[in-house]
Amino acid sequence: MTTEENKKTSTNSGSQGGFVYLPLIAGWLVPGGGHFLLRKWGRGALLAAAILGMFVLGLAMQGKVYANAHDILDILGLAGDLGNGLPYVISRMLGLGDVQVQVTTADYGTRFIVVAGLLNIIAAVDAHNLRTGRKS
Amino acid sequence: MGNAIFQPSHFTAVVLFALFASTVFGITMRETPRNMLRYGIYCFVLFVAAAIALSWLMYFIAR
Repeated sequence: MTTEENKKTSTNSGSQGGFVYLPLIAGWLVPGGGHFLLRKWGRGALLAAAILGMFVLGLAMQGKVYANAHDILDILGLAGDLGNGLPYVISRMLGLGDVQVQVTTADYGTRFIVVAGLLNIIAAVDAHNLRTGRKS
Repeated sequence: MGNAIFQPSHFTAVVLFALFASTVFGITMRETPRNMLRYGIYCFVLFVAAAIALSWLMYFIAR
């Protein structure tokens, strides 16, 4: 009985069929992608503009993109950078952000890139909440 | 080094940071467009006001 109720609840909680975690994964890989998948075009566009804008400005300020971690701060920076998804992979492939931080603006840029990744994770979780019906 | 394409001032960097972060906060933390806008503006003002207040605090501490 309880199992049947749980099944009904889990089936009704999603507003659409398909893989529940797809918007979460899409939102992580492409900023705003989870919202686009759920046809929330306006929200997706604004999120993509904000997150990609922050990431690109971070690179334009010669911010550092973390490639490996030697201490706890590097680990935190790398975790934040990985939140960017595909933009992180593309920047690594193109060798962008592979610099030593020597000027103040480059330090700002490094923080912009990390925070863009963290904001992207928030946006991806929001897409997941929309998908499960926790948020409208 | 030092040949960055974009070299904003401290304040410009703060304003840009506040703009992008509050956009994401507004969209993700509220449900209706009206509340999203209000919360986004609220976050933006708090970010900038806090940065200015802390800057003055550090200025007086450093003297």
